[in-house]
Amino acid sequence: MKTYDEINKKIESKKAVVLNAEEIIDYVEKKGIETAAKEVDVVTTATFGPMCSSGCFLNFGHSKPKIRITEAWLDDVPVYSGVAAVDVFLGATQLRYNDPANMYYPGDFKFGGGHVIEKLVAGESVQLFGLSYGTDDYPRKEVRTWFTINDLNQAIMVNPRNCYQNYNVAINCSDKPVYSYLGKLKPNMTNATFCSAGQLSPLLNDPLYKTIGIGTRVWLAGAHGHVYAEGTQHSPVCERGENNVPTEGAGTLALTGDMKRMKKEFVRGVSFIGYGVSVALGIGIPIPVLNKDILRHTLIKDRDIFAPVVDYSSDYPNATGNIITKVSYEELRRGTITIEGKEVEVGSLSSYNKALKISEILKDEIKRGDFLISQPIQSLQLDKQMTSLKIINGTKQDINNL
Amino acid sequence: MITKKYFLYFPRSETEKPLVYHLVKDYDLVINIFRAKVTPDEEGYLILDITGTEENIAQGIAYIKTLNVTVNETVRGLRWDEDKCVSCTNCIVHCPTKALYIADQKTKRIAFDEEKCIECLSCVKNCPFNACTSVF
Repeated sequence: MKTYDEINKKIESKKAVVLNAEEIIDYVEKKGIETAAKEVDVVTTATFGPMCSSGCFLNFGHSKPKIRITEAWLDDVPVYSGVAAVDVFLGATQLRYNDPANMYYPGDFKFGGGHVIEKLVAGESVQLFGLSYGTDDYPRKEVRTWFTINDLNQAIMVNPRNCYQNYNVAINCSDKPVYSYLGKLKPNMTNATFCSAGQLSPLLNDPLYKTIGIGTRVWLAGAHGHVYAEGTQHSPVCERGENNVPTEGAGTLALTGDMKRMKKEFVRGVSFIGYGVSVALGIGIPIPVLNKDILRHTLIKDRDIFAPVVDYSSDYPNATGNIITKVSYEELRRGTITIEGKEVEVGSLSSYNKALKISEILKDEIKRGDFLISQPIQSLQLDKQMTSLKIINGTKQDINNL
Repeated sequence: MITKKYFLYFPRSETEKPLVYHLVKDYDLVINIFRAKVTPDEEGYLILDITGTEENIAQGIAYIKTLNVTVNETVRGLRWDEDKCVSCTNCIVHCPTKALYIADQKTKRIAFDEEKCIECLSCVKNCPFNACTSVF
């Protein structure tokens, strides 16, 4: 019905009709799918939440004399320097050097990679400490200095896994607290935590990856980035319900974007008591309404999206694959779910409030002609499942004989 | 009878006075302490509800002030930073008095009702975004 080019021409002439994934539901109910598919050009989706598989490559430029950094810390957070001389990778979940972690259980995990990323995006000064063994061409053996993101040649966010299509609802069936990346779970199924923007979430609105693929331009915390690969643990072969929407984790995206263009509101370091540190990111993805089929998928409502409730005291850590039940995002967002006859209070780690805000910002950018949509250069795989790690005991000889 | 919430700050020199004793005994006041950190030779904090007649409360507060204690009716020991809060709603299940609550069901915006806060500090431990902090 419409092509990417046609939609982009409308965006460029500031005439594109754009609605967010919440508004489109009512719009189609009023106008009908035929008319809506003709009228609406883009549906904006968004999410905001902790995304552990995130980080950034930084390039410092060369000092005089030069150093080939072999070990480095940013505000005492170790970074990976096994790349070129003054390139490093800072990971979101890297804990600050000397943090007692869970030595005094449950640990506070006050500061780590995610917090350094937040500071950088906020324009704050960060301390670099780097060491080297020294070479003929890179004689310096130590560097200690302060910098801001503006002093860097590049600060490129490179996130191997963002935007999980769907996610577990965590609960604790044991009689003692569980401290997890989904927060503190009180004993005896007292509370549950979910982490998805539900009906606003990007991959729940494009469940079969018809428009979101490798090369898709995305709004990554304010920067215009793109999908550079399928995300790690991308696992589209799974149980799917209404409209092919997965009822478990399923697809993921690997995203990249220029950190210098990001907004601090949407890049936040997080600390989980008893678990660790991470970063929370805001992401918006436009879905071009190329045809009725694509539009129909964006009509998914919270009440039709289901998530598995998993016991994080036993089934999750032991990877049993068991789930207790499935609940809808409508129930989750209402604040209570009923599990085995018991009313359980629900909290979330994904901010629907921020997701809505992002869907609106992206909508405005597209309407103003500042954000063009892009056709994927490659589709995401649909026939893939996650494998688990096999633990092989024995010597190398034994393995060779397998 | 009325109840008022106060935040008291003790300078280092004044932490050894039996202040609560005198409020009860001399001014007939009912004291409900939410949180205290009063260590000899260190500065101290006390957050309490005082219940009594308006006159007795005024006299009791006047007495406390003679001890060089700073009395504040507006300052709270628990601070919620609206700018740091992302409205994820993780705190909702950890706040026992619903001082942190969803102010707008449609946008899921979180708000904080100071009057309901009993300063249990559960939110301080559980907010991943460090939106809740304690003054002491």
